[in-house]
Order: sequence, then structure tokens, then C-alpha cells
Amino acid sequence: MTGRGYAIWFGAAVLALLLACAVAVTIGPAEVSLTHVVGSFAQRLGLSFGEAVPPLIDSIVWQLRLPRVLTAAFVGAGLALSGAVMQSVTRNPLADPYLLGLSSGASLGAVCVVILGVSFALPAAAFLGALLALFATLSIARVGGTITPARAVLSGLAIAQLAAAGTSFIIFWAAKGDSYREILNWLLGSVAGSTWQSVIISGTALLVVGIGIVLSATRLDAFAFGDTSAASLGINVNATRWALLGSVALLTGAMVAVSGSIGFVGLILPHVVRGLSGPGHRRLLPLVIVCGALFLVIADTLARTVFDPRELPVGIITAFIGVPVFILLIKRKRSAVWG
Amino acid sequence: MGVTIRDLSFSIDGTRILSEVSASVDTGTVTGLLGPNGAGKSTLLRLLAGIEKADAGEVALDDVAIGSLPRREVARRVALLEQNTSPSVDLSAAEVVLLGRIPHRTRLLGSFGGDDDRQVATDALAAVGASDITDRLWHTLSGGQQQRVQIARALAQRPSLLLLDEPTNHLDVSAQLSLLGQVRGLGLTAIMALHDLNLAAAYCDRILLLHGGRLVAAGSPREVLRPDIIADVYGVDCFIMDHPRGGHPVIVFSAMDTTALPTDPERGTP
Repeated sequence: MTGRGYAIWFGAAVLALLLACAVAVTIGPAEVSLTHVVGSFAQRLGLSFGEAVPPLIDSIVWQLRLPRVLTAAFVGAGLALSGAVMQSVTRNPLADPYLLGLSSGASLGAVCVVILGVSFALPAAAFLGALLALFATLSIARVGGTITPARAVLSGLAIAQLAAAGTSFIIFWAAKGDSYREILNWLLGSVAGSTWQSVIISGTALLVVGIGIVLSATRLDAFAFGDTSAASLGINVNATRWALLGSVALLTGAMVAVSGSIGFVGLILPHVVRGLSGPGHRRLLPLVIVCGALFLVIADTLARTVFDPRELPVGIITAFIGVPVFILLIKRKRSAVWG
Repeated sequence: MGVTIRDLSFSIDGTRILSEVSASVDTGTVTGLLGPNGAGKSTLLRLLAGIEKADAGEVALDDVAIGSLPRREVARRVALLEQNTSPSVDLSAAEVVLLGRIPHRTRLLGSFGGDDDRQVATDALAAVGASDITDRLWHTLSGGQQQRVQIARALAQRPSLLLLDEPTNHLDVSAQLSLLGQVRGLGLTAIMALHDLNLAAAYCDRILLLHGGRLVAAGSPREVLRPDIIADVYGVDCFIMDHPRGGHPVIVFSAMDTTALPTDPERGTP
């Protein structure tokens, strides 16, 4: 694709994201119009925009819906970026924070501190859980110094199941009242009940880690033919790999801390976006961030409206969309990696 | 670029792979690296490319020790072609060649001199006669085309030293001959691991022969590829003739007596 073609796609995706966020805020049981959304923003900026927004509507926009939509956007962006990086660094088209067990590990870490009543440590515990899960998956998958995609996915499955069982057990053990909904939210992922605190945690992680990763785009390109080739192109392979995987664990930990383990965003978004941007990471990564955000904003809006007034965990929607794509990836014409 | 190898030793997990290898390679020559499987050919190439660090001894490029250079500096001087690799995502030939520009880009984001990079890539593809496949995807290319694209990628690195690990593996005979002819035509200092002694005799100025991690012979093809040396190293019987047109040595092997194979202590009884 030409630079211009890419710029058009990127611009269109950003516009679509802004529009989707604005529309998502208007959708829900209480009637909110786009004018209200813009007006609510304007009030915060000290501007007046048409009529004053009624206080009830303003607090629905500002306290309930906006934090949720923004959290969905940041989590989607973070998970999609994590998936893109993992696929490149591990040279595994099926790598993603969910399939390799990071998300479940992060959930387990998060649930542990919630039960212990030290919720302020939640992001740190989720990060630690993600890091441990990543380390465990890669250690199990590593045989004779190499990690094949199949072994990585299988050991990721084992770690994910173990961590999910641990999460369920802890919540069950400490169960009070309707904790089953809580189990589902951690296992399937949900951005319901997001607050400005969720926005700050996920947004900060995306900003800090995301910028670092996007600046490493060229280094990611160098991994296309594997470690030896990357080293011969002047990359310090081990340091780069562990820095990038550590960043991914940090990003996944932050996202899981606010949303539980939402699957398949990290798996499918990079593949879809690669079709538009090409495999070069300087183009792939920025577009994957925007499209991941767009995808999860739309998925979460569906999750809370399709069965209104009941709400689905958004992870169910992403799985319904993600699993068919996953199957397509497996069935797709022979690739050098997947055999 | 002249290469000097001094007393190079290397082991992995306590197993000696290379022992005290010393050799020198003159600027602009093509050197064949020969030896049976497991002789240490690939490892020596990795050490020359600065990818592995030697336990003892050193490699110098034009009298600059490779260990004293940052990795990126090494990558601007030395390009390595591994055997049988393929990308994890379906890159086009041009995108593969552009990877060769990575050591020349700025650290963050990469330079925005994209057009220069593109020109270098176009020239590199033209230099290996692959201009017609610029936009083809990697997995649609034949083995010979893939190797040519890899050489173009190496050229885009603008190296002074080109290292090739069994570049003719899995290629048909015409692709083998055209590839090696191309490598010679580049005029770069090149060191390539080869299995085929006859290809080495036809296309290399000098031969380094490794056996069990030691350099057992070095010199012109005629000096190294002698029946007694080949019998010692490979355990096969052969005659040497002169090529009727090229004049280089041609090795003709005798059929092996499979009832009395030599036993190799490292590989057990075949």
C-alpha cells in the first residue's frame, strides 16, 4: 500500500473510533443525545454549547457511560497491541495474551488481592500474574531451545486453565451472595462498572507502554526471519525480546486489572489489520491500536444492548466473533509457520 | 574486507564445537567452508557474524576486533544468509529486501528517508536479477528465487563481508550454478558453507576444511581437495580430475563399500 492509502485508512479508523465512542455514550436505557454528549464535554471545558445539559443526564454521561466507553477503547487498544507484539516476537500467528495464558494469570493475580482486601495493589498483582503466566507458558513450551507455535498454544492452554480454575476456586471459596457474576466477569471479561479509575489505569498503561512499543517498530520488523536473522541485522535479540514481552505483560496486566480476561481481541485484530497495513510494524502498530479500540467499543455496546436490560460480559461477544476467525486462521492455506 | 580469525574456540554447554581455528581471508575473495555435518561450519559463520561470542580467540574485520564493535556496526559490515528460513508473516520480496536497511536506520521509529531505502532495495533486487519478482509474496517464490531475494536483502545491508550458510541447499542444479555465479559476480568478500565439494572447487578461490571443530586444511581448491585429505575427513574414496573446460579440479567419488563403513565415535556405528 502507498503511504497515502495508509494515511486514508488510518484517518478513517480514527474518525470511526471517535464517532463510535460518541454514539456508544448515547446508547442505553436513559435517553442521551449527541448534543448532550458534546454539551457535557463543553461544560467540563468551561464552554457553553447550546442549552445547559440536565444534571442527571450530565452525570449519566460523565460518571457512567463515558468511563465505560473509554475503558473499553483503551483495553481494546492495549490487548490488540499486545497480540501484535507477541505474534511478532514469538513468530507465532496464534500468539495472544489470552491464548498464551497471560490474561488468566493476570486475572488470578487480581482476584487474589481483591480477596485479600488490598485492591490498591490490583494492577501490580495483575502484572505479576501475567508475567508469571508468560514465563510458565514459555518455559513449558521450550524444548531443546526452540518453541514451536503448537507447543506454545498447548502450554498456554494448560496455564490458562490452571489460572482460571484458581480464580474460580478463590472466588468460590470466598463466595458471598452473588459472587458468581463476579467469577464470570473475571473469567470472561467485562468493562461493566468502569470508573474514572479504570480509565486512568488502562489509559496510562496504554500511553506509557504503547509509546515504547510503537517506537520499537523497526526492531519488531527485524524478527520476521527469526532470532539469528534479527541478530545479524544488529538487534540485541535477548534484551529486545524480554523487554517487549515484559511490556506486553505490563500492558495485559493493566487491562485485565480493569476488565478481567477478554479473549480474542489480541488474536484477531493484528491479522485483520495486517491485511490493510501490510506486515511492517511502523504502519501495523498505530492502526492496530485504533482498530482494537474501535472493535471493543462496538463489542461492549453490543454486550450491553442486545439483551437489554440484561448485560452480557463483553468477552462472550469477542469470543463469538473471534472463534470463527481463529478457525479460519487454522484452516487457512498452509503457512510456513503453522504447517 | 579482510577477515582474520585467531585461535577461535567455542563450546555450547561444555561441548567443544570449535577448537583453536585460525585462518585469514583476503579482500574480494570467495572462500568455501567445507566439512562433514557437525564439523562446526554454521557455528563458525555465526561467530564471524558476531552473533555468538567466542570462548577464546577473536575475529577481526580489517584489523578491527568484532567483539569491540556494537552489534549495529557489525550488521553494517557483515551480512549473514541462514539456511532455509522463511518469514513468519507473508512478506513481499521488496519488504524482505527492505529488512536489510534496518542496521542503517535511526534507533527509534526508523529514519524517514524511506525513498533512499527503497532505491537501495530496488538496486539490490536488480543486482541479483530479481526485479521482476519485487511484489511477489515470499511463499509464492521458488527456492532459487527465495535465495536470490535473501542475497538482495544482504546486499541492501551494504556489507563488506557476505556470509552464506549452505545457500544451494534444496536448489536444483541450474539454480545452484546461477546463484553461485551471482555470488562471485558481486565482487564482495564472501565466505560460504557448502556441502558439495565440486561446487566449492568450481566457485571458490580458497577452501577452509573443518573436521570435528578443527581447521584441518586451508588453501586453494587444488591444495585442499586431495584424495588423501578427503578420505581422512569424509571417509570416502575419490579421484581428482581436471575439468575439461574450466581447468578446476573435479572430484569423482567411488561407490562406498557399505559393509565396512568406518565407525565414527561421535555418531556411533551407522
